[in-house]
Amino acid sequence: MSPQKRFKNVQAQNRTSQGSSSFQTTLSAWKVKQDPSNSKNISKHGQNNPVGDYEHADDQAEEDALQMAVGYFEKGPIKASQNKDKTLEKHLKTVENVAWKNGLASEEIDILLNIALSGKFGNAVNTRILKCIIPATVISEDSVVKAVSWLCVGKCSGSTKVLFYRWLVAMFDFIDRKEQINLLYGFFFASLQDDALCPYVCHLLYLLTKKENVKPFRVRKLLDLQAKMIYFKNSENLWKTALLAVKQRNRGPSPEPLKLMLGPANVRPLKRKWNSLSVIPVLNSSSYTKECGKKEMSLSDCLNRSGSFPLEQLQSFPQLLQNIHCLELPSQMGSVLNNSLLLHYINCVRDEPVLLRFYYWLSQTLQEECIWYKVNNYEHGKEFTNFLDTIIRAECFLQEGFYSCEAFLYKSLPLWDGLCCRSQFLQLVSWIPFSSFSEVKPLLFDHLAQLFFTSTIYFKCSVLQSLKELLQNWLLWLSMDIHMKPVTNSPLETTLGGSMNSVSKLIHYVGWLSTTAMRLESNSTFLLHFILDFYEKVCDIYINYNLPLVVLFPPGIFYSALLSLDTSILNQLCFIMHRYRKNLTAAKKNELVQKTKSEFNFSSKTYQEFNHYLTSMVGCLWTSKPFGKGIYVDPEILEKTGVAEYKNSLNVVHHPSFLSYAVSFLLQESPEERTVNVSSIRGKKWSWYLDYLFSQGLQGLKLFIRSSVHHPFPEQRA
Amino acid sequence: MDSYNAPESTPSASSRPEDYFIGATPLQKRLESVRKQSSFIPTPPRRKIPQCSQLQEDVDPQKVALLLHKQWTLYSLTPLYKFSYSNLKEYSRLLNAFIVAEKQKGLAVEVGEDFNIKVIFSTLLGMKGTQRDPEAFLVQGLILSPRLEYSGTILVDCNLCLLGSSDPSTLAFQVAGTAGACHHTRIVSKSQLPSENREGKVLWTGWFCCIFGDSLLETVSEDFTCLPLFLANGAESNTAIIGTWFQKTFDCYFSPLAINAFNLSWMAAMWTACKMDHYVATTEFLWSVPCSPQSLDISFAIHPEDAKALWDSVHKTPGEVTQEEVDLFMDCLYSHFHRHFKIHLSATRLVRVSTSVASAHTDGKIKILCHKYLIGVLAYLTELAIFQIE
Repeated sequence: MSPQKRFKNVQAQNRTSQGSSSFQTTLSAWKVKQDPSNSKNISKHGQNNPVGDYEHADDQAEEDALQMAVGYFEKGPIKASQNKDKTLEKHLKTVENVAWKNGLASEEIDILLNIALSGKFGNAVNTRILKCIIPATVISEDSVVKAVSWLCVGKCSGSTKVLFYRWLVAMFDFIDRKEQINLLYGFFFASLQDDALCPYVCHLLYLLTKKENVKPFRVRKLLDLQAKMIYFKNSENLWKTALLAVKQRNRGPSPEPLKLMLGPANVRPLKRKWNSLSVIPVLNSSSYTKECGKKEMSLSDCLNRSGSFPLEQLQSFPQLLQNIHCLELPSQMGSVLNNSLLLHYINCVRDEPVLLRFYYWLSQTLQEECIWYKVNNYEHGKEFTNFLDTIIRAECFLQEGFYSCEAFLYKSLPLWDGLCCRSQFLQLVSWIPFSSFSEVKPLLFDHLAQLFFTSTIYFKCSVLQSLKELLQNWLLWLSMDIHMKPVTNSPLETTLGGSMNSVSKLIHYVGWLSTTAMRLESNSTFLLHFILDFYEKVCDIYINYNLPLVVLFPPGIFYSALLSLDTSILNQLCFIMHRYRKNLTAAKKNELVQKTKSEFNFSSKTYQEFNHYLTSMVGCLWTSKPFGKGIYVDPEILEKTGVAEYKNSLNVVHHPSFLSYAVSFLLQESPEERTVNVSSIRGKKWSWYLDYLFSQGLQGLKLFIRSSVHHPFPEQRA
Repeated sequence: MDSYNAPESTPSASSRPEDYFIGATPLQKRLESVRKQSSFIPTPPRRKIPQCSQLQEDVDPQKVALLLHKQWTLYSLTPLYKFSYSNLKEYSRLLNAFIVAEKQKGLAVEVGEDFNIKVIFSTLLGMKGTQRDPEAFLVQGLILSPRLEYSGTILVDCNLCLLGSSDPSTLAFQVAGTAGACHHTRIVSKSQLPSENREGKVLWTGWFCCIFGDSLLETVSEDFTCLPLFLANGAESNTAIIGTWFQKTFDCYFSPLAINAFNLSWMAAMWTACKMDHYVATTEFLWSVPCSPQSLDISFAIHPEDAKALWDSVHKTPGEVTQEEVDLFMDCLYSHFHRHFKIHLSATRLVRVSTSVASAHTDGKIKILCHKYLIGVLAYLTELAIFQIE
């Protein structure tokens, strides 16, 4: 593979892995796991099979009961039966349960519709049946046509008719075809005479009307009606939750986060002071506003709105692409947050009003909802958390942060206690759009640092984690930006040097935070893992993101890791050193190829620094000359420690974190030996020992030794 | 974090921070202004003392009378998208339809079915600080049903009793005593008489304005109309319905505008500084002490002329009010109070300020008394509203 191609690949991998990882690997999410709902999740994973089996058995039983129930209804009421009511009730219950849970197949719907409208049972039963006719996926057109034919027979009562029309309006989108139904247009139109039905028939006609249905006599009739009544009665509310469930089922497992599709509108039981039910407005197209602008709107204008594409019909990505030029935008831009298709639109549109409307809405909503910004209304904490989750999902989906969130962080971070919505809040930090670090620092990072230093080790780890994600997001953004330079209107018209400067400042800042945190937490291994995770990103910037930047870690981190008692830390350190080496060599090579003195030649200081670290490391682990070059310790002090053989005390055999490996290696060699002498590992045994170490999963060490040490006489170069 | 010094950056490239934002998008500019706002003191350290405005002279006096002596609840409002002044008639038609629909749903309003309000839009010509400010407009909700005798809303009229000391040379003060009661603010609860009720009675009023809103106007395009300050009087349920319609139609966002103690003391100073021909109300401050089981309110009433005299003694820069002057003014009041009652008011929370110009409550309630300084009062409120929406 050519190097160029490889870069792209790595980037692509990062990009795909990122969406999920930013949700999964957040440390602060660990805390959440303690709550019961999550622990259930875990246990479910643990014993996946039994649970699955149970469910399967249940489903089967349910299915049978449903078949029986439908069969019962089909036969009609048995006059002689004694416990008639009981049986009826039982079967009704079954149908209702299944319908609300999984929905009904189109054949079952066909039968039940037939029963409900044929008047075999009483009015109450018909109502109950109609109310629970919820499709699993679709309703066949034939069933509807048959049902309509029952209306003409006059077997069902007025209230059943009303309910049927309401049902038809609510379920309209799930009917598989509509040609036949459209042929009944005249029949429906005639039903307008019935005052009780009129509002619902109006709504149905609204859904059904095509251009050819518009006739002068009908328009006249409608104008008469308009004088009487203007509004559709809401038909959907009976089935609202069911409809959402069906929509979700029909959409199938989509790659897009499902929750984005499912608006939280009905999950929110709390009646809000003003904004009806939900924080996020419901999606409505803006034709309303637009027509307000016109002086007069005629009926024909209303019917021939051919120019634009209504949002309600937008279902798929190809549709979005086809109609992107004539899309009717939502009347409240905030509603896009619940619609993944429109998020795509927001993402690529450069239309200032659209972005500004969204910006204002999001900033204000965040301010209003934030439980600590204005007043302490902590009882709404759950809502706010959910709202933040929605925003973060949208940001992950778009792989881009919102400016409103950044502005919100400026205002609210100084007041944050570090506990409330910690996981969400830190994720918002990781999605700050790329900008100049020195400008953001006093507004954000200085406040964050105060919390960082005064909070627990877990908070520190969470912050480091989110800073790692921030770095990754910035790097991805920059690497894309460089490749797509022609976009003239990119949010930041920066020079590459300026951008790199900002990134390097961020890295240095995290280095400073880490060093101080290590001191505060007395060299905690746990913390060090998170710090090294950060540097695993840092060391690979040149190769992975194709950006001219190599920043080394500060000595406080390097030596803490080198002298750590934990093997995995040392292994990670080896890996990072190996990657640094690769990156620096690649950079050097590039310089030589290009010959011209480019702006981004790394200073010799970086190389010197790296060589210094490498010397120390090889001196410690390999050549057993630990305190000569890298770490300099006065020999007199070493004498005083009383350690006789300090020279080899840090090599791969004697290093405290490797000692246990050495012992088990020796025991493996000669299991009957009662005393082990680790110093016996040398010569041939040394290389066997190394092989043993590598076989124990110390890949980092392997890569490091393979690349930086030349067998059998180690020497160092970079 | 002072101890932090970034080491010399590795790619010692050219760029200084100023080079960063050359061709920034409007959103980027907005973020810049938020940054500036967040990094410095939220309010400029000096402001002009309210003056009688020339533009205000054009305002229909009848309409101005509608705005004075009423208690308004304040809201900040983000710019209205595609609002057009030529469509006001159409808007009132649509809003009326919306209200009818909302009431049919049976949500939000607890009043009877017959209760209906009809809304009318009208502009408040001349109600602006500069020519650039967009025209303010008024929305009035009128009762339609003559059957309605009494709506159930109690209009609370805060009549502040004058505690003017007979001796102008000393500052008069009164402390409203212990546990909860404030003896010196008499809240008169006047229910409207049924006889006043007839068709066309205004039940709800709201108005939108922007006075000296330059800082906001600069950052939005012509698709938007910036009227960042919204004032409402009437039942909150009605405000909710009407506000919702505006939010749906013009994609804007209302949020309640509270006034913190810091801004209240600015108001106290600026309004005391206004030259008045005659004073109609006493200058009064209300502090709240959060203590259990009931909070303690402390009211401190001063003869307006005494307050003016105190202001004149701390005031230095002509025509302007500075942060130091505000602090000094409040400190004088505090120390005076402390001398007599040994209570440090600075440790409590200022919740209300009333002067002859206007009175303001921390909950975001305002009442403007003086016609002359209407614009001046609104200019400061606009500034606060803009600060909230930026």
